[in-house]
Formats: sequence, C-alpha cells, structure tokens
Amino acid sequence: MAQAAPPRISPFYDPRWRSIAFQVLLCAAIVWLAYSAVNNAAENLQRARIASGFDFWNSTAGFDISQHLIPYTAQSTYGRAFWVGLLNTLLVSFLGIVFATIIGFIIGILQLSKNVLVSKLAAGYVEVIRNLPLLLQLLFWYNAVLKALPVLRDSISIPGGMLLNNRGLFLPKPIAGPGFEAVPIALLLGIAGAIAYHRYARRRQELTGQQAPVFTVGTLLVLGLPLAAFALAGFPMTFDFPEMGRFNIRGGVEILPEFAALLFGLSIYTAAFIAEVVRAGIQSVSHGQTEAAYSLGLRPGPTLRLIVVPQAMRVIIPPLTNQYLNLTKNSSLAVAIGYPDLVQVFTGTVLNQTGQAVEVVAITMAVYLTISLVTSGLMNLYNRRIALVER
Amino acid sequence: MGDGRFVRTETVPAMPPPGRDRALVGWLREHLFSGPLNIGLTLLSLLVLWWLIPPLLNFLILDAVWTGDDRAACIASPERPRVGACWAFVIERINFFIYGFYPAEERWRVDLFFALLAIGIVWLLASWAPNKRLGAIYFFIVLPIVSVMLLLGFAPFGLSYVATSLWGGVLVTVVVSAVGIVFSLPLGILLALGRRSTMPAVRLFSIIFIEFVRGVPLITVLFMASVMLPLFVPESWSPDKLLRALVGVALFAAAYMAEVVRAGLQAIPRGQYEGAQALGLSYWQMMGLIVLPQALRITIPNIVNSNIALFKDTTLVFIVGIFDFLRTIEAARIDPKWATPVTSTTGYAFAAIFYFLCCWMMSRYAKSVERRLATGYRR
Repeated sequence: MAQAAPPRISPFYDPRWRSIAFQVLLCAAIVWLAYSAVNNAAENLQRARIASGFDFWNSTAGFDISQHLIPYTAQSTYGRAFWVGLLNTLLVSFLGIVFATIIGFIIGILQLSKNVLVSKLAAGYVEVIRNLPLLLQLLFWYNAVLKALPVLRDSISIPGGMLLNNRGLFLPKPIAGPGFEAVPIALLLGIAGAIAYHRYARRRQELTGQQAPVFTVGTLLVLGLPLAAFALAGFPMTFDFPEMGRFNIRGGVEILPEFAALLFGLSIYTAAFIAEVVRAGIQSVSHGQTEAAYSLGLRPGPTLRLIVVPQAMRVIIPPLTNQYLNLTKNSSLAVAIGYPDLVQVFTGTVLNQTGQAVEVVAITMAVYLTISLVTSGLMNLYNRRIALVER
Repeated sequence: MGDGRFVRTETVPAMPPPGRDRALVGWLREHLFSGPLNIGLTLLSLLVLWWLIPPLLNFLILDAVWTGDDRAACIASPERPRVGACWAFVIERINFFIYGFYPAEERWRVDLFFALLAIGIVWLLASWAPNKRLGAIYFFIVLPIVSVMLLLGFAPFGLSYVATSLWGGVLVTVVVSAVGIVFSLPLGILLALGRRSTMPAVRLFSIIFIEFVRGVPLITVLFMASVMLPLFVPESWSPDKLLRALVGVALFAAAYMAEVVRAGLQAIPRGQYEGAQALGLSYWQMMGLIVLPQALRITIPNIVNSNIALFKDTTLVFIVGIFDFLRTIEAARIDPKWATPVTSTTGYAFAAIFYFLCCWMMSRYAKSVERRLATGYRR
C-alpha cells in the first residue's frame, strides 16, 4: 500500500526551522552585543587616553610587595609583580587546602561520634562558621585578633625562640650546614624502600595469605632513615633566631599577620564545609557494609580502611574538589586585609597604576579559570579511576 | 517427685523499674564514658566548653557596657577593670548601621521598603499563604518597580531623589541580596533550560557562561562590573556605582542558580517530558506547566541554600567601595570618638549576630521544606 505523503506544515510551525531561526537570532544578538561593547570600549579608552595592549607588562612597577617568594624590588616589572602575586595566591591556597582538609576531616568524623557532647560541639562549629560571611571572619582575625597583639616593644616570646607581635610571627630560620645533603637523599631512599616493601608485602599476602606490618616498617623507613642520616652527619643545622632590635626584628623568618589571618580564616571556613562533605560521605555508606565486613571476620580497623573509607571517598571526592576550588577562589578576599595575592597586587595596584582595566581583569580571570579547569580536570580523571564499575 | 525437677508454683514479684537516675547513669555511661577514648573526648569537650562559654558570656553580656555617650564609657578603669562588649557604641550608631547616609527625614521610605519586602517573602515562603501565583507576580514584578520608586525617589508622588551614594548599611545589604535573588532565579532557569536544550548554539552559550562565571571568584566579577562595564556602554550612560555591583552580583548568582535548577530538572523522570509531548504541549507549555513546577518544588531547599551563600557573598561589594552593612561597621569602628580596645570586637560581634541570625533562619526554612517534601520517601 502506498503511504500517504506527510502533511505539509508551514515552516513557521516546523520545529526544525524554528530552532534554526532562534539560534541564528541568538548568535546575531550576541555578536551585536560584543561588537557594540568593543566599539564603545575603543571609543571610551581613546577618550580617556589609555593605551591598550600588553605593553605595560615590561614597564617598571615602582611599588613594593611585602611578601615575595621570588626576588622582587620596586624596580621590577609589572609582569614580575604578576608572578609574585600568583605565587602568593598559590602558596596560601595550597597551605589552606592542607589545613582545611585536616581540620575538616577531624570535625566531620567527630560529628558522627556516639559521644553526644563531642558530636554536638562539632555540629555547633559547622553551624556557626558556615553561617558567617568569610569576609567578616577574615576582618575579625586580622583587625580584632592579630592587629590587637602587643606592639614590637612588648613582643610575646614563645618557647623555641619565636616572637609574636602585631607585625607578625617571627620564627627561627633553619640554616643547613655542610653534610646536610645526606638527609634528602636518605629521605628519597626511605620512600623508595617503603614502596618496595609495600609491593613485596602485597605479593606475599596474595601468595601465602600472610600479612606484613607495612605501616610500621614504612614509617620507620621514611622517618628513620633521614633522622639517622642527620645524626650520622653530626646534626649539620644551625638556627638564625629572630632578635629584637630598636625598631624592627632582625633575622628569622617572618610570617605576616595578613598571611596568617588569611590562612587561618580560609582554613577554618572551608573546614566547616569539608566537615559536612565528609559526614555526608561516611553516612552514605550503608551500615550493612560494616556488618557484612564484621561477619566476614574483619576487625574494626581494616573494616574502616578496606570497606568504609574507599566507598565513602567515592562520594566525598567531587564535592571536596569543589571546596578546594572555592578556597582558591576565596583567597582573592586577601585584598580586604592587604595580603599581596594576585587580586590585591594585580587587579588592585597594577590596575590602578596603569588604568588598563580590560587587560588586567582579563588576565586575572584567565588565571582563576585555568586553575579551576585544570583542578576539575585532574579530579575528574581521579574520579573516573575510583568510580563504581558497573555493568 | 524428688527427682531434681523444680516447678515454680507462684509468680515471681516484678522487679523494680529502673530508677530515673539509674537510667541517666546508664545513658551517660553509654554516650559519654564508654571507653578510655570516649572519656578522653568527653573531658576534652568539657574543657573546650569551659574555655569557650564563660568568656563569651562575660564579654557579650555580663561585662558589657550598655549605656554611654563616647569612648569613656568603654575604657577599663580601676572601678571597672574588665570591660566586655561596648554595646553603647552599637546603640548610638544603629541608625548608621541600618540606613547609612540616607537622609534622616526620608528613612520611613526605607522602613516601608523593608515591610513590603517582608510581606513578599512571607507570601512566597509560608506554606499557609494563599495564591502563590499572585505572590510571585508581586515579588518578581511589582515589588522591584515600587522599591525603585520608593528608595530612589519618584517626583509625581512627591518622593525626593536620594542618590545611591547615600544608601548604606543593612539597606544596601538587603537591596543587593534581594536584587541578586529576584534576578538570579529567572535568569538561572533560562540558563538551565539552555544548558539542557537540543539547540547546539543555545547549549554552547549557556555552558560557556555558566562555567566561566563559576570558575572565577566573585571579586573579579565585581571588579569587571565596576571597572569594565563603564567602558562597554556608551559614555552617556555612565552606570551608577551601585547598579554596576548589582549587575555583577545578579550575573554571578544566576550562574550558580542555573546549576541548582539543572539538578532539579535532571531529577524529573523522562516520562514526564514524554507525557507532555504526547499530549501535544509546546516546549514552553511543557516546561511551564509540567516540568518546572515539579523541578522547582524539589529544588526549593537548594535554592534557599544558594541564597544563603549569596547573602554572605554580598559582603564582597565592600571591596568595590559600596557601603554595605559590613562596611558601615568598618567605618564606625575606627571612629576616634569610640576608639577603645573593645570597639572592633564589638562591631564584629554585632555583625556576626546579624549575619548568623539571617542565615540560620534561612537554613531552618530550607530544612523544614526538605522535611515537608520528604514525606513520600519516609519509611
């Protein structure tokens, strides 16, 4: 039987035509918006006599930065200032992530404690910290706590040769003596040995079923070898202790109060979020898993290590990555307390001096975007590796 | 008989019920002192509490100064060796904290705005409030227009012009969060629909916008809005400083809202979409009548949580020079008239109480909705 020809519909009601027309309209609108923005920007910049382009990158910055991990003076270029700011951002983010993870995991596990007092305290910490703006917490740590410390003359000395005052925390600076090179070599050897032992123990367990004390031996190798090397070389290390001068402190390592406040605030704030992530992750592993492990004869330690944690990590990793990225992005609040991070140095001072808003803001955004995309890309890879293998 | 069997011939008297304190002791033993580790944790918690609660209580209430005209009231003296929070400072500056530099004789307009906003919020959120559709029209269309006329000034009604540079304090915080919420929801819904659209151009644009905004810190978005936006529009427009920040906050919040809404859309089973299409509904009818009502309903808790984050993030407008609540605290605490060692801490404590109460109420609401929605799944 011949099939009836499909009824002709007018293009106005044809979903395919409609969708194409809509997309063309949208693209046209976006192109028009971008075109007029660029046009206006060119006109406005010309009127304000601001050069465009990246020529400013190599001109002299002319301002000082209080904390620089790479050599930097007021005679350095804007480009150099950018790298100083970026490194400071990365430093505070990295340390913040380490501390926030440690505090967050502890609080998250305490929240699940059977001890009512402990779990309520941990829950209270999470509730209070999560409900206060980070900026308020940073200002509090900086202005009300660290800036309220005694002045230089009345510095508090902490045992171990440390000095604390409102200009920062001054730590003894370790100086490696001759023969110190043996220690890092011993450390590398120790790590290699621990990995080798772990492999050996695994193979032996698969073959014979016998377990080996991997953790104890590994710790001994990683910590013991460098210590032994250090002792054998005759303790080749001296300390440069901070000394109080008339107007400032000489020697030692200085930790700026801005840095300390930012690190403190970021770690404590993000830890509250990580604690929730950890709690939810552990609770997501059904109790039957634990019971099954017990009935197979596993003791509580291995049950946690082999059954609960691997399954919980699967739930924890994605939101944990989000929190790490949030911490990195939140480190831009440094600008409020004057820590020289990327935003403070580059989007703050450099932008004000050069007036090249478009280039400076674009570079800053590109940096954060790159950090975000790279981190989430890496985490996706890791996530794929540990994800549940289903049929 | 006599072969060692024993059969009881009378009932055994019932044992006494566990005494109240025996139950309490048992509870304590199980929850607080069940082992060496647990005892250690309990003692540690008690130590933390002892180290936390009395100083807080002393600072906030017992040693606090409630009356006074200037710094003299809050300075430690021989007859008052310990000085806690200087609430006298907060009480004297409370109008500044709420209205900023808004002219004193026009402040009733701000109060009226707060009241109208409160009506809108209760109308939309309270489960007993009738006619939500009308409430949504009021909140998303009527309220913004009326608020602009009320706060900025509207000559035909005899309301004089008040420049936004005079706005400040809680007013600005509330305006920024309200604008963020009112604009981010519709924009976020559009972006979420765009991201799940079958049209490649629309999907690509939505993905780029959402991922770009979510990948950068709010501060850079605000910087962009405050220094780049004026460049991108004709010079004659020269957008107001507050307006620039509002644009930045609204776009930022929209990207986050889009992801929240997308999660809700994904939770709706395919059958709902297909059912709507089988009935011959158009795309917008399907979304507006079938999918979105269900999706938004289950995302209410997440929308509220996202609004809590937005409310906390409004403090960042401080950095681009807008006088929000936190900025008024910062400005007031360095005033020489009230320069005492406790002024800063008092100011921050006041701000903390304000933000905590607002966020805490929002999160309570989100939890209660979650409980209400979870009825179908509760066993």
